[in-house]
Amino acid sequence: MTETALPKPIPVTVLTGYLGAGKTTLLNRILTENHGKKYAVIVNEFGEIGIDNDLIVESDEEIYEMNNGCICCTVRGDLIRVVEGLMRRPGRFDAIIVETTGLADPVPVAQTFFMDDDVRQKTELDAVVALVDAKHLPLRLKDSREAEDQIAFADVVLINKTDLVSPEELARIEATVRVINPSARIHRTTRSDIDLTKVLDQGAFNLERALENDPHFLDHDHPDHVCGPDCGHDHHHHGHDHDHDHHHHDHDHDHGVSPIHDVTVQSISLRGGEMNPERFFPWIQKITQTDGPNILRLKGIIAFAGDEERYVVQGVHMIVEGDHQRAWKDGEKRESRLVFIGRDLDREKIERTFKACEAQKA
Amino acid sequence: MPTVAPLDLDGHVVATAFLGDVPFFASASGVIHRLDHGQKASEAHDGLLACVRDEANDTLITGGEDGKVQRIAADGTATLLAEVPRKWISVVAAGPQGAVGFAEGRTARVRLADGTIKEFPESRSVEGMAFAPKGLRIGIARYNGVSLHWVAMAAQPVELEWKGAHNGITFSPDGRFVVTTMQENALHGWKLDPKAGADTRHMRMTGYPAKVKSFSWSAKGKWLASSGAPAAIVWPFSAKDGPMGKPPLELGTRADVMVTCVSCHPAEDVVAIGYSDGMVLAARFADSREVLLRRPGKGAITSMGWNRNGKLLAFASETGDCGVIDLAG
Repeated sequence: MTETALPKPIPVTVLTGYLGAGKTTLLNRILTENHGKKYAVIVNEFGEIGIDNDLIVESDEEIYEMNNGCICCTVRGDLIRVVEGLMRRPGRFDAIIVETTGLADPVPVAQTFFMDDDVRQKTELDAVVALVDAKHLPLRLKDSREAEDQIAFADVVLINKTDLVSPEELARIEATVRVINPSARIHRTTRSDIDLTKVLDQGAFNLERALENDPHFLDHDHPDHVCGPDCGHDHHHHGHDHDHDHHHHDHDHDHGVSPIHDVTVQSISLRGGEMNPERFFPWIQKITQTDGPNILRLKGIIAFAGDEERYVVQGVHMIVEGDHQRAWKDGEKRESRLVFIGRDLDREKIERTFKACEAQKA
Repeated sequence: MPTVAPLDLDGHVVATAFLGDVPFFASASGVIHRLDHGQKASEAHDGLLACVRDEANDTLITGGEDGKVQRIAADGTATLLAEVPRKWISVVAAGPQGAVGFAEGRTARVRLADGTIKEFPESRSVEGMAFAPKGLRIGIARYNGVSLHWVAMAAQPVELEWKGAHNGITFSPDGRFVVTTMQENALHGWKLDPKAGADTRHMRMTGYPAKVKSFSWSAKGKWLASSGAPAAIVWPFSAKDGPMGKPPLELGTRADVMVTCVSCHPAEDVVAIGYSDGMVLAARFADSREVLLRRPGKGAITSMGWNRNGKLLAFASETGDCGVIDLAG
């Protein structure tokens, strides 16, 4: 294309969380704290946002199914319209925040930033941030699938209102969040009080940046240690044997099995050697086409045989994106790691077929 | 040889149109510029989202981020027609008898010449509105189809259903067809059968590589030109069943540059074609002959408008480099 040079895409942060989890408090914090940045905020209702700001836009949540109703092709029609309007005058703000309703499915919001060409050209999904009410999470998980989806889909989870629960309860909540989503960054907060640099401008959907910021982002779990709530294996040896010297994550590591037995999301962490690209690409295409509706997120770093660079891949339902990230370092173990988060995934099949993509040893 | 009189404005320009022989340019900032014995400007909105020309009154109708709907006269003065505080008015339409349509969220409204406002609540967001050429009737583009309402009557609307999100809407000048742009890369059309009880006929117009954002009927309504491809896609509508079973014309084809805007000449079977790189061509339907009107500029063409005798063409762009092309030179 002979397009003129486009300005840098505007980062978009998506805030999810059940009613009462603390989204409005966090938004008010973002809008009032002195961080030198201006945000355009798209909300479902002006509600209790106490700030009069021209850049707060109210928008009716409109889920549009495309291509004859495939759930993998849903977008938020209202966001397309509002983002298009905002981006006609881009000088007014540095970033966009989308606040979703308590019951919202975060997937159509995220997919909008991949599936609509105009939105995709001008903006970039930065991170999905989920707020969790520590006190009420067990109840939420019992009565709704959305609460679980929001955690499963998030890049950053704030466990809020920690002052309302005992340390034991908090540990249980955190372990549960960790089982639902082994790759999210978890922060504990009260009254949504968090250093905003841990929420905004994360680059979590930009795999290269996610890895720069958090080189161990796929290391939180170990294949042996992640299982769904209905897993049959012995629950008493979940200590971690790999070392964690990267303490920008203040989570504890006794996770593995959800202490709360209403979790239906599972994650599958795969680890393998060097891959044969001629097998891996058709495999990931096929698995995302056939199992796409059940896959909420996938993230991975792949080592290809004979390739001097690390390949990073991530996806949402049927959308998969990948790119070379950087050269492998001397002494760095060339292995492939991939995490699937979803429902009704066939662990045995995924593990077996992933293994079959490994390059044959010469 | 056509000549171009450039007009450099700041930022995205949403729409351009002639009122009389004066070209108007509506910026996203809310300022309306006009070239009337020199460059003049007036502020209509704090943030302008939509602008259409009202042919019957030779005025512009605009909607803004400030919740206002304004009528802009040929001397640049703005008259407030309606206001919905704190809502974005992203859809406006001009109708017969001084009627004006506008929408925010899931509510479409029509303001009649006497100031009365009629509301048409929809269950999904109103993405587009257009008045039928005859009678006081509006079409509302929404998710899964179009609703047709008679403005003056309390009757149930006619619902034209087609799965998917419909964004823009237009009636053919003879009123026989209604066509929408979709979130998918397609147009969808319905033949409005006057016989009660008969099935509406669907027209699927697909194959576009990008979303269609601009469409324009030819002078006598025999053709519908559209953007969304590296050529203007022009569908034949002269037959009884519209374009069904007939391939469209492809005019002004370029290798790798998309058409972003089309505007048919007011008298001849000629279409002005604006591209994503700012180039403007005119192409004739009969023999596909092309004339270059403007070389590539800084950004995509967002809007074009002819003056009444078809000798002047105003164009606007998303980077503010606008202008007026004099075809006679």
